[in-house]
Amino acid sequence: MAVMKKKGNKGLPPISTASLPDVIFMILFFFMVSTTMRDQELLVRYKLPEATEVQKLEKKSLVSYIHIGQPSLAMQAKFGTAPRIQLNDSYKTTKDILDFVAAERDKLSEADRASMTICLKADQTTKMGVVTDVKQELRRANALKISYAASKSLGY
Amino acid sequence: MATDKRKVQEINAGSMADIAFLLLIFFLVATTMNVDTGLARMLPPIPPENQQQEEIKVKERNLFLVLISGSGNIMAGTPGKQEVIDLRQLTAKTKEFILNATDSEDMPEKEDKEIELPDGSKWAYQESKGVVSLQTTRDTGYQSYIMVQNELTRAFNELRDEAAMKKFGAKFEDLPKEQRDVVAKVVPQKISEAEPRNIKK
Repeated sequence: MAVMKKKGNKGLPPISTASLPDVIFMILFFFMVSTTMRDQELLVRYKLPEATEVQKLEKKSLVSYIHIGQPSLAMQAKFGTAPRIQLNDSYKTTKDILDFVAAERDKLSEADRASMTICLKADQTTKMGVVTDVKQELRRANALKISYAASKSLGY
Repeated sequence: MATDKRKVQEINAGSMADIAFLLLIFFLVATTMNVDTGLARMLPPIPPENQQQEEIKVKERNLFLVLISGSGNIMAGTPGKQEVIDLRQLTAKTKEFILNATDSEDMPEKEDKEIELPDGSKWAYQESKGVVSLQTTRDTGYQSYIMVQNELTRAFNELRDEAAMKKFGAKFEDLPKEQRDVVAKVVPQKISEAEPRNIKK
């Protein structure tokens, strides 16, 4: 026939890349669904303690974070290595927790306020003194639902 | 013109992949994947200041004290009978205390209660009045605190598992939500976190 293919001269036909965008879009959607936006920059370094009986934090929008740990490397020249409390994007003291909790509570709708959770992310070498001060302050701010952040481990 | 009869030219989709890659990389950089996990607790509310501060009296037999020293050693037991124990014994000790299987005089009282199940029937059970009180010093490490909290949580989780197994024939985690709420009420997680004591600095 007239439209017979020529054989021999050409190598394999190039692989079609038409479906490449689809593949990439699939990966993209996977990441969009399974990840969350980074919302704040960390100014403290911490390594979470490990525990086996941890639970997932249910609704991210209801969770506010308090970070406790050494200032990050870039900040150590200025702030030293004593443990610091980070609220939002700056170092704060325990006295600011009342305002912080009030501000976080204002962001939530009336119905959600009761289920607001404070997630305490403290370094494993932190002394309980600091943590207890924070807890006392949280009690004063009436933010009673808390979660001690810990990473999942398999046991002893 | 010659082009009149032709269809509209197709848009070249060759760069679609590049656009998708760009978006992909943006999301890779701007998002995080880690799910936050932790031990959930309820803090006790602060009593109002103008009100007379009444010490909440808990009978000694209903109290299980757990003390963590600055060096991470654990002392546990009912008041006056505390002993130094290993972290690994803590779960078993706590369970033994809360359950009080032998109805011992030194261990918590039980209260007969009844709760309505989601399907309308009643479940009569005994609620232990035991309270675990966790105390730390100011220089206790956070790691050992979390390890103790973890063991206490494990004790209560195992108790809930046992209760769920007995009543519904499934583990606590595998129950539907209504039944889980019921079991959580039957075996309440009574861990009180007292303020730290400045025994030794």
